[in-house]
Amino acid sequence: MTQLALVIDLNVCVGCHACVTNCKEWNTSGAAGPMVDMNPYGKDPTGTFFNRVQTFEVGEFPNTETVHFPKSCLHCEEPPCVPVCPTGASYKRKEDGIVLVDYDKCIGCKYCSWACPYGARELDEQQRVMKKCTLCVDRIYDTTMTAEERRPACVRACPTSARLFGDIHDPESEVAKAIRENGGYPLMPEWGTQPANHYLPRRKTKLRIREDELERADNPLKIDQQLPKPGKSEPSLDDVTSW
Amino acid sequence: MHPAFSVVFLTTLIGAGQGLFLALFTVESYAAFGLLPTQSSDFYAVGSALALVLLILGLVASFFHLGHPERAWRAAAQWRTSWLSREVIVLPAFMGMVFLYGVAHWFGFNPVFAQLPSGAPVNLTAVLGSVAWVLAFALYICTGMIYACLRFLREWYTPLTVINYVLLGGASGFSLGAALAAAQAPDVMPLLAGWALIITFLGLIGRSATLIRNARLKPKSTLQTALGIKHPQIVQKTMGLMGGSFNTREFFHGQKPALLRSVKWVFLVTAFLVPMVLLGMGLSMAAGGVLLLAFVIQYLGLLAERWFFFAQSNHPQNLYYQSVA
Repeated sequence: MTQLALVIDLNVCVGCHACVTNCKEWNTSGAAGPMVDMNPYGKDPTGTFFNRVQTFEVGEFPNTETVHFPKSCLHCEEPPCVPVCPTGASYKRKEDGIVLVDYDKCIGCKYCSWACPYGARELDEQQRVMKKCTLCVDRIYDTTMTAEERRPACVRACPTSARLFGDIHDPESEVAKAIRENGGYPLMPEWGTQPANHYLPRRKTKLRIREDELERADNPLKIDQQLPKPGKSEPSLDDVTSW
Repeated sequence: MHPAFSVVFLTTLIGAGQGLFLALFTVESYAAFGLLPTQSSDFYAVGSALALVLLILGLVASFFHLGHPERAWRAAAQWRTSWLSREVIVLPAFMGMVFLYGVAHWFGFNPVFAQLPSGAPVNLTAVLGSVAWVLAFALYICTGMIYACLRFLREWYTPLTVINYVLLGGASGFSLGAALAAAQAPDVMPLLAGWALIITFLGLIGRSATLIRNARLKPKSTLQTALGIKHPQIVQKTMGLMGGSFNTREFFHGQKPALLRSVKWVFLVTAFLVPMVLLGMGLSMAAGGVLLLAFVIQYLGLLAERWFFFAQSNHPQNLYYQSVA
């Protein structure tokens, strides 16, 4: 069974919000209708976003690290938001594991947002329905696009390739390998929601150089001190080459 | 959580409506077994009408919670998995049965189907009332389970939530029933006022037990599990937005902790202690006005209780929304 998901590398994310803006641009232009921006030039601008980048500081000064943390729907394998929906507007697709909302069925009761521990769902103040990340379902299957383009807008936008996209159930996929080999982990594992999206941890990038790599242990100069000076009558390089 | 007044009114109004119906049917059951004198059908008809008014007001309030009220009918679809869907089915079914029960009493249409060995008649209102009785409890369970089934809202994730919905709705309904009985059927007033007193006291125990339980809760989710970073010291520097979002509006009550604490004491006094005193006074003096006052104060107290019920619940998503910038 396929389970499409994002893998987000916290070690690489620089917090530029390119994924946020590209997500908004693509998804606000789609057939599902715009994602509202309320009061965009006013005092308290607010709007619907599928994806947010948050910033956390870990540690105590001076030993601190800034962690940029992109957050969107995690497309849980056991999504707690789906069974609580009274209308069936929220559903998880069998074929690829994407959790979607049918905007024509949603009554805007907000119950699913209460049932999501991650705060991944946002009620659109204009359309009065619940919205969330679709993994760009209207993009990744669009055969009029090239294979390179058939990836979520956020993944396409990321300048540092901090976002990977693929089927986490396929052990040979890029995302499954990234999770397996780089310690990928899910968020809030304590609730058993089994998020499909995984995060790769921060890692200290260290260059390990041994002493003998800086100074050649087998340097003949070290063993024999200086090379013996050739005698004055010995043939020199000038004698054996001619041009 | 941000307490939505639509839901505060919905749950308190239908709770009282269900309780009032249960009070009426208690009287009818006692009377059927000869434990009480038979009452005029007007008492049941007026009582049912009053219960129906409360239920309709609750239903109207619930529509203000929806983004698309015109699609509300769709909410009956997922009764297999969703407690909200079950409530959407049971509420109108209960309202229909209360309506039929009241109509049968109003027109005195009450054919007897059978006779119990004890001699108690099995008549139409007993059948309708029994079905409605089951539906009333089913509705309490649905309403309570809507909140009690959300496992990461740990303040709600306890059987006490369902028990309290039954007890608090029952208490307010029986108080109203006692006030109604004082005006329409003085014979049964002591029974209903007595039960109202008992259920209010049980409600106080149940609600206090929940308060004690919730005061001892330790959060299961922390910033460490929310981010997957194992460091004791993590501070949010920005939530990625400046002007607020659905996440900051829906899941924070936005009040100072001191207000929350005072609301707790206000509802403990007004929903339980004052009504218990007034019910006791009304019971001993047989004063309908005092009983009505007990119901009104108890209902206002329950509004505060329900507000607190929502405000106290701490959603784990709030971990991601601690600091604007």
